[in-house]
Amino acid sequence: MSLFLIVALPFLGALLPGLMNQAGRQACGSVTFMVTLTALVGLLTNLPAVLQGDVVLAQASWIPTLGLNFTLMLDALGFFFACLILGIGLLIITYARYYLAREDNMGEFFTYLLLFQGAMVGIVLSDNILLLLIFWELTSLSSFLLIGYWKHLPEGRQGARMALAVTGMGGLAMIGGMLILGQIAGSYQLSVILENRELIQDSPLYLPALILILLGCFTKSAQFPFHFWLPHAMAAPTPVSAYLHSATMVKAGIFLMARMWPVLSGTPEWFVIVTTAGLITMVLGAVIALFKHDLKALLAFSTVSHLGLITMLLGTGTAFGALAAVFHILNHATFKAALFMSAGIIDHETKTRDIRRLGGLRHLMPITFVIATVAALSMAGIPFLNGFLSKEMMLEEAYETVLFGSPWLVPVLVVFGSAFSAAYSFRLIGHTFLGKVRDDYPAKPHDPGPGLWLPPAILVVPVVVIGIAPFLAEPFVKLVTAAVLGDAAMVPTAYFKIWHGLVPALYMSIIAVIGGLILLAMFNPALRAWDAAPRPEAKVIFEALVEAVVAASQRIIHGLHDGAFTRYGAIMAVTVILAGYYAFATGTLGAPTREMQPITPIVAAGWLMTVAATLGLVILHRLRLQALIILGIIGLMVSIGFVFFSAPDLAMTQFTVEVVTIILLLLALNFLPKKTPVESSLPIRGRDAVIAVAGGVGAMAMSYHYLLRDPVAASISDFHLANSYEGGGGTNVVNVILVDFRGYDTYGEIIVLGIAALLIYALTETLLGGPVRARLLNRKPDQPRAGDMHPTMMVVLTRVIMPLVMLIGFYIFLRGHNEPGGGFISGLVVSIGVVMQYMASGFSWTTARVRYPYHGVIGAGVLIAGLTGIGSWFVAKPFLTTDFTYVRIPPFNEFELATAVLFDLGVFLAVVGAVMLSLESFSRLARRLDAPATSHPMDIDPSRDESSQAASKEGV
Amino acid sequence: MEFLVASAIGILTAAGLYLVMRLRTFPIILGVSLLTYAVNVFFFSAGHLTIGSPPVLREGVEIYADPLPQALVLTAIVIAFGMTAVIVMLGLGAYLGSDDDHVNDPVETDAGEGSK
Repeated sequence: MSLFLIVALPFLGALLPGLMNQAGRQACGSVTFMVTLTALVGLLTNLPAVLQGDVVLAQASWIPTLGLNFTLMLDALGFFFACLILGIGLLIITYARYYLAREDNMGEFFTYLLLFQGAMVGIVLSDNILLLLIFWELTSLSSFLLIGYWKHLPEGRQGARMALAVTGMGGLAMIGGMLILGQIAGSYQLSVILENRELIQDSPLYLPALILILLGCFTKSAQFPFHFWLPHAMAAPTPVSAYLHSATMVKAGIFLMARMWPVLSGTPEWFVIVTTAGLITMVLGAVIALFKHDLKALLAFSTVSHLGLITMLLGTGTAFGALAAVFHILNHATFKAALFMSAGIIDHETKTRDIRRLGGLRHLMPITFVIATVAALSMAGIPFLNGFLSKEMMLEEAYETVLFGSPWLVPVLVVFGSAFSAAYSFRLIGHTFLGKVRDDYPAKPHDPGPGLWLPPAILVVPVVVIGIAPFLAEPFVKLVTAAVLGDAAMVPTAYFKIWHGLVPALYMSIIAVIGGLILLAMFNPALRAWDAAPRPEAKVIFEALVEAVVAASQRIIHGLHDGAFTRYGAIMAVTVILAGYYAFATGTLGAPTREMQPITPIVAAGWLMTVAATLGLVILHRLRLQALIILGIIGLMVSIGFVFFSAPDLAMTQFTVEVVTIILLLLALNFLPKKTPVESSLPIRGRDAVIAVAGGVGAMAMSYHYLLRDPVAASISDFHLANSYEGGGGTNVVNVILVDFRGYDTYGEIIVLGIAALLIYALTETLLGGPVRARLLNRKPDQPRAGDMHPTMMVVLTRVIMPLVMLIGFYIFLRGHNEPGGGFISGLVVSIGVVMQYMASGFSWTTARVRYPYHGVIGAGVLIAGLTGIGSWFVAKPFLTTDFTYVRIPPFNEFELATAVLFDLGVFLAVVGAVMLSLESFSRLARRLDAPATSHPMDIDPSRDESSQAASKEGV
Repeated sequence: MEFLVASAIGILTAAGLYLVMRLRTFPIILGVSLLTYAVNVFFFSAGHLTIGSPPVLREGVEIYADPLPQALVLTAIVIAFGMTAVIVMLGLGAYLGSDDDHVNDPVETDAGEGSK
């Protein structure tokens, strides 16, 4: 089966358990089992190639420019791990099917499990280190979901968070390390990196890369000082602990150290860091494990200890160490997963995992007793079980290892750790199964059904078989070791056997076992001493660390982001100014390429008026109405400027927008205070003035320099000028750009405009639906009202010019393609015409005459523009391709008919709808109780109201 | 002439920045409007200053003003209207809901500094 499929299967299969959830627990478990089984069978089809020593490859380009290729590789090492992941996965799935309670959501559990499985298989099969990193992070995420699976348990959530924080942090470090490694080797392909040992080890960046990658490995594999997350992750359901935290995920770090062994190992740095960390972890984990009362905590720390052991073996950098490490990975995976599952069975049946409340279970749970005892004895290193063999090799390797110049340090510490390891294994058996039968178990213990005990039993089979007949495992372990070593070293010829003669390792082993028995015999005094001894609690330290980081971030955030808008404004302005200054100071400035144009009196006068109005606005800004009038003046000056500088379209747009903006602001000012009081102190105003002037000078300097220089690269404007008529059928290039060249942009913009108007409408509705409504209705005007609400002159005038405005709008719309004008401008013009009716004749009168709701007008506009664009699909052109032709209807002149006109119609409608909806929303706020809504256009005798209702309905 | 346009942009920017840093909603809206003018004119001036040659194609005319910034600024003006309307509505809604048009939270009595 293709490697792609093997990796993809768990991910694709992850969809199934959720779907099968309704079909029952059996279906859910079965489908998950089948997915994993298919992937495993697919993997096994590659076995012959792997046995021949071939490397199976599968390649696909993903983002080649980043060096990120979807390249998978299967060699013996990857095969070994994938086999562990999928094989143990099968057992775990069976076990979990019976372990999970009825109220647990099984579909969710198996979905997470399959996601995790896919990510793990991805790690071990990746040939690209960037791809490997992605899978690496995926395991962190999916394990987070699995650890926190029992969401109602606070320990589960805390454990999940801690695991994610620690492994995620390590993952980040590893990204850095991998990128450095890729830079050194010049490729992100593992196969290339692995062949560049000298290049990498000679590089000055070797040490940083090594440390960063090891950070990732150590956090994942719970090596000291990152070991603390693993015991807390035991809050997960036991199948998760057995799968992730003994057999697979925690081995990912070890896998990576093995994978990178040929290029990273063998240097003094590697030796000191990895061996020391492994040694400390091994001893520390073993000591702590002995004194844990929770079965799973004991196993968790023993896992930490064994991972330390494997790490130490890889750290020695010798071929024999690697061989022992690979062998121990295999052995540990079998006996530890079996032990976890046994602990889960005990928890499941007796409802407790506390060793102090257990004992005497051998009679009540004979099957579990046999399984757990065999596995635990293997863990203790008793002959004829597989743990003994790899432990013997480890002791032999340790005997040869000289750390920090001392030949005694490693052997003594290793024997010390092994004694504790034996002690906790014996304690597990002795305090749980042996002893008297008690009568105070939380639940009546008995052996579970085969669904629960069969998976660990299957795992115990290789424990015994390999233990008795190690030569069965030898060829495969050596094949995997060869894959680890690569070209860096030869596979040692040492063969696997139980009796090596009276070698030092044997004596060390005997000392460890006897030491373990002695330790257990004096367990109670030792426990008292342990409890009395002060020791740092990793969880407390971790939480204090997290809190310190949070507090530090909050200090920074609150300093910058304290709820004062003015401060944000100042900070942002200063930042932009400084960034601009930095860019200006460090960049190069070319010589001016354009002549300064002469200043004519007209220009000078316009400039003077603009500047005077702007300064006047700043000075008078506290008088809001006056400020608004001045703002209008500035807007007019800007439009005049546009006319002067050859931009008639802009001038028309600016002018009409100015009108609606001022109306809008007037409507708002109706409710707001009419004056702004003096509140800022003088220094604050001075500070703001300094920032403002600095910003102004910056903007001026930038525009001035820009105006005197031609663009560095040729502008694309010439293209638009050249193709406007031939390609777009219009002579007004600005309009052709809007509706044709950049039609898609315009389409997006009218949608944005429509959304803004709808937002205003929604906000108005919210306001009017809440407590504000009553206040608005009973509001007393703060200024005297005009005597005539609807002045006759204005009513008459606006109604007379309404058709004229419409005509102008129509004219501007139609000529837009060839002369200044177009949908935007005519939309604004028509809006102004309608707004005038609202102003003159009143809200009710006008609303009664509006035939289509403005939302609908916006929608119609967007729809027409969109359909026009889609229309070009029918002639097999891309979205928004325009077409045009010239028609002549006598007696008129020949004129042009372009699809762009339809598009422009959409723009027109959207603009009219958006402007009207915004303004109408504002005016709806203005209705009051004391001025009842009248549909009369003019102020007439109110007593006529009732009698002439019918007449006025027919339209005045 | 370039100097005058550049200085006008600068003065509009400065006035806009100053008003944006005030404490009440209305001056801020005025300030944002001024900044909009400044940005639009700046954008427009990216096509350089050309007098008397609008980008409307004519027989025999070779020199036209740059149409591209004009098209961009045209939509920018309309969008700016939409944005102004939204922030006015937000400011108005906040004022109507709380009878207070300060922008700083919590309300400052003295300066524009918001120390909690």
